[in-house]
Amino acid sequence: MKFSEQLKAGVILDNPVFMQTIGLCPALATTTSLSNAIGMGVAATVVLVCSNVVISALRKFIPDKIRIACFITIIATFVTMIDLALQAFVPALAASLGLFLPLIVVNCIILGRAEAYASKNKVLPSALDGVCMGLGFTFALVLMGFFRELLGAGTIMAGLSDLLPFLSGIIPSAGFAVPGLSANPAVMMILPAGGFLMMGFIFAALQKIMAGKEDK
Amino acid sequence: MAFAFPDAMSLTEVLSLAVAAVLVNNYILVQFLGCCSFFGVSKKTDTAVGMGMAVIFVMALASAVSWAVWYFILKPLGLEYMQTIAFILVIATLVQFVEMFMKKAMPALYSALGIFLPLITTNCAVLGAAISNIDNGYSFIGSMVYGVGAGVGYTLAIVLFASIRERLDATAQCPKCFEGFPIALISAALLAMSFMGFSGLSIW
Repeated sequence: MKFSEQLKAGVILDNPVFMQTIGLCPALATTTSLSNAIGMGVAATVVLVCSNVVISALRKFIPDKIRIACFITIIATFVTMIDLALQAFVPALAASLGLFLPLIVVNCIILGRAEAYASKNKVLPSALDGVCMGLGFTFALVLMGFFRELLGAGTIMAGLSDLLPFLSGIIPSAGFAVPGLSANPAVMMILPAGGFLMMGFIFAALQKIMAGKEDK
Repeated sequence: MAFAFPDAMSLTEVLSLAVAAVLVNNYILVQFLGCCSFFGVSKKTDTAVGMGMAVIFVMALASAVSWAVWYFILKPLGLEYMQTIAFILVIATLVQFVEMFMKKAMPALYSALGIFLPLITTNCAVLGAAISNIDNGYSFIGSMVYGVGAGVGYTLAIVLFASIRERLDATAQCPKCFEGFPIALISAALLAMSFMGFSGLSIW
């Protein structure tokens, strides 16, 4: 499969969150702002790529019967590394992701790709698969995070320059305030209920788009 | 000993912990832990009840065992950074053991809960409870209460949600693009909003 096809599959056609409806917990919990969404997406992508590479490289040595346990051990190793790295270098992000950082280990997307793809394919395609699926996951989180932050806090990209220091000249630390919304934000959207609500609307919009495509 | 166990908790503390775990900080509707199975296994009320029972059972066991692993193995040896790896392996092994034990000793219970057990290993609620217990420094009793409470909260939410979904599929009319999963998410949002009403209970 060509990279462009893999990318299209990962981000759109087989998008882990929107099309396969897996990995919903982080997609709901860590998307209260765009910067959290990006942080979670990137952390999960790094784990996904690393675990895909290692699992694919070891696929001939891992006995079939205990493969799930082996996969989980490998994934947990990378999750621990990412967890410690974020705590050391981006403590603010680590604090706001909190419990969901170690919980990347039980993210169905990562184990799912290990089982469905990395354990059957060569190292390079597995790495690319990890990149594409990770991007798809990040895309879903970013979409959720952007709209929830916009409606719930009335800002765009708040805290993003703390996450990516090279942006600090362009984006103010508190983000861009949206006139009207920032004075009276719909706080519900950054509360748990708003996560379900936003995801429901995004899925409805997707169904609408898909139905429109089938009609043509 | 070079390390200290968490302080014992009074009855009031334990009680308020239980209320908090079941209602105020409901695992699914407030903390988003265990959402995959929440949407996956909530099409019918009886399977939802089965899944809920299995989660309570495994969570209680996992809380106890992970507490012991943390305070008797990882902490004395200074291996705190191995938390994630150790806990997920402990939970996976535990679920496997429970499955084998139930199959042999309690076939009736096994046929009721058995199919849900493998699902629970990758249920983030169980690992979440194990890690929360340690992060919050609960005593052993506190951990057990928190584990069972979180499991009961999970069961409450999933059973409520399954009943709503049954009626939704049978009778509700909604716009075409909302049919199926989107409207389930919207009803979960409404359920979550109603659970926000419990937040006043945390004054204890």
